[in-house]
Amino acid sequence: MKDRARLSRRGLLGSGAAVAGVAGAFALGRVSDGSTPAPDAGPVTTYPYFGEHQAGIITPAQDRLHFVALDLTTEDRGEVVDLLERWTESAARMTQGAPAGPVGPVEGAAAAPPDDTGEAIGLPASRLTITFGFGPGLFTDAEGRDRFGLADRRPEALTPLPTFSADVLDPRRTGGDLCIQACADDPQVAVHAIRNLVRMGFGTTAVRWSQLGFGRTSTTSVTQATPRNLFGFKDGTANLKAEETSDLDAHLWVGAGDDPPADWLAGGSYLVSRRINMTIEVWDRQPLESQELFVGRTKGAGAPLSGGEEFTEPDFAMAGSAGPVIPTDAHIRVVHPSMFDGARMLRRGYNFVDGSNDLGGLDAGLFFLAYVRDPRTHFIPQQRAMATNDALMEYLRFTGQAVFAVPPGVAEGGYIGQGLFSPART
Amino acid sequence: MRKTVLLPLAALALVPALAACTENASESGGETGDARALTVTSSADACEVSALSAPAGTLSFDVSNTGSDVTEFYLLAEDGLRIIGEVENIGPNLTKTLTVNAPEGSYVTACKPGMVGEGIRADFTVDASDEEAEVSASDQELIDQAEANYRAYIQDQSAQLLAKTEEFVALYEAGDSDDQARALYSDARMHWERIETVAESFGDLDPKMDAREADVDFAAGEKWTGWHLIEKDLWPAEAQKYEPLTPAERKKYAADLLANTVTLNERIQATGEEALEYPIDAIANGSIGLLEEVANGKITGEEEAWSHTDLWDFQANVDGARVAYEGVQALLEQKDPELAADLTAKFDELDALLDQYRDGDGFVLYTDLSQDDVRALANGVDALAEPLSQLTSTLTA
Repeated sequence: MKDRARLSRRGLLGSGAAVAGVAGAFALGRVSDGSTPAPDAGPVTTYPYFGEHQAGIITPAQDRLHFVALDLTTEDRGEVVDLLERWTESAARMTQGAPAGPVGPVEGAAAAPPDDTGEAIGLPASRLTITFGFGPGLFTDAEGRDRFGLADRRPEALTPLPTFSADVLDPRRTGGDLCIQACADDPQVAVHAIRNLVRMGFGTTAVRWSQLGFGRTSTTSVTQATPRNLFGFKDGTANLKAEETSDLDAHLWVGAGDDPPADWLAGGSYLVSRRINMTIEVWDRQPLESQELFVGRTKGAGAPLSGGEEFTEPDFAMAGSAGPVIPTDAHIRVVHPSMFDGARMLRRGYNFVDGSNDLGGLDAGLFFLAYVRDPRTHFIPQQRAMATNDALMEYLRFTGQAVFAVPPGVAEGGYIGQGLFSPART
Repeated sequence: MRKTVLLPLAALALVPALAACTENASESGGETGDARALTVTSSADACEVSALSAPAGTLSFDVSNTGSDVTEFYLLAEDGLRIIGEVENIGPNLTKTLTVNAPEGSYVTACKPGMVGEGIRADFTVDASDEEAEVSASDQELIDQAEANYRAYIQDQSAQLLAKTEEFVALYEAGDSDDQARALYSDARMHWERIETVAESFGDLDPKMDAREADVDFAAGEKWTGWHLIEKDLWPAEAQKYEPLTPAERKKYAADLLANTVTLNERIQATGEEALEYPIDAIANGSIGLLEEVANGKITGEEEAWSHTDLWDFQANVDGARVAYEGVQALLEQKDPELAADLTAKFDELDALLDQYRDGDGFVLYTDLSQDDVRALANGVDALAEPLSQLTSTLTA
């Protein structure tokens, strides 16, 4: 029984090596995994954990998300490093379809609680990726005090986001010292990953907030079809995609020398999260033509109102009978890269429905996740323009946000964030 | 800060009162034999209509743009001048549908690629049929009456808003009459809320007059002015570390609010070329929009964050929505008596529900409502707003 459980969890890739030595088995020869993701189609069920970049960024977006923001409850740097080492080891295992702990859900002593919680027994890895990020609070607390001797390596752009107009941020859904993004095609696999990692952190970290997402709202690869958000429109048509390698270096990955004191972040990125509630019931009463004017695209095909097909570039200058065909406050115009010196984001958001609110309306919307090289040029100006000018704002409420520095990938035998805590001596 | 629902007359060339367009409306296509469902292919140099004639009734023209410029399609009267219906802003490779009610007669079709010139024209005939269109002279009278009545209502509310704002800012500026100012605040604002969709259509004034603190991006250098800034100063009890405004600041913000109210009123009372036009679809959209305001801001208690007088605004939005609806009710009763009956009943129910929260001349404060009360009000709003959202398309079909 023990063996069967363990093997079935690995699904198609079941081999003894995958459990015992997952690091070695999957890292070798796959160091470029992060930049050349496998296509969406086909029998891919696992992505390598180790590599130049963390998986879960340009990896073809999976269907489900569980995201957690945590606060550090320790003042001991050694405990933080120890947790990151244990998380790395566990993440490497789980992403290959193996249990969270070295023993397994039913293989251990009968008198002890299992080191894996067990709800993923029998499930394949489901393309699980686990991505870690570091919030401003890892470096300094609210009073500016250096918590773990890392303040001099804090990335300059890693400061709490400003409050934008029309934000109604809930402090209980905002900020965090650390984050973990688990994406998978099976929600139970994503939840299993977060649940077990949170459990390993008790005493060192505590959950600040978490968010479930169903239904990706972006494509991160040209192999994927564009999905729809809860407004019913295609979302992420113009997203930065894995195949656009030169743009990834220009807009996604932090470059060596971008921020010398924080050079440990080179090869990493910044992650901005915004919990965007939609006033679904009011939106649903808008005429189709108005919905399309707010967005700037047709609802069916997703073509810009200036014509063509989904991937036709919008023509913002095209004149209509009263002003441009794509209105001045249309969403796609307000946030278009051409309005921001070409700055692009890699969005990786998910639709969410957290039941209903106190008024009986859906507590639903878009959990916006964007990876960028620098939020000061690639997110804040865009959000500010949107808050001021975007016709969609009438139907949006921003209820949570956070920003994290996402360290580069891990080499076999290393741990996540090692470059920050133990910089190589040169 | 919503989409503009009305335009000055000068900017409003022609409003086809009885035309509507939707993208790719999936009515039975020409292929299936419906003689009233036509297709139009608009290219750079041609305007191909699938038939030269159709039986009288509700016609639909699926207009596909195969050219590379924006195009428009018109159904014109026999004189080639009067517009029966039009569909605009069809981008290349896109399709939009013109639905129009056409009685027997001779017409002209026109595609206008590039939106310039006379367009590519052809004669079109509508033959007699059992389903004769019902665009009668009495309809036009009802439309004219609705527009005149609605304009008068908006103008009256705007004048009252100005008068009460003058009184309010005088009390507020005085500094020793804050109780009276507080008493007048919600009363004066009801006139704003009754015409909120019109007032908000002036994108330069609305943010200066009605912005809530949370709407203002202070980090980007935006300044907060208007009703809600004064509201906070008059009801500072729940504000954190609040510094009351100085007499000089009171004077400044009071003068600013009054000046903007004067400008708003001037625009609403304007005549001639500058006069505001209230086409039938704008009136209907105004009604829908006011219910949306309730659903978005008032039902959540966010509009009056300091005074908690949200139910006054709630009632005023419903008042304005009801007046707009009643203006077009006679027309709706001809088009869709069931919808008219439903809307009339739902307005009554919502008003009756609001009556339960009346207290003296006004209402109980939002903070005195229980969660069940708020839920009941939200349910009442949803029950009305959903059928009300059909109003414009039904009237213009």
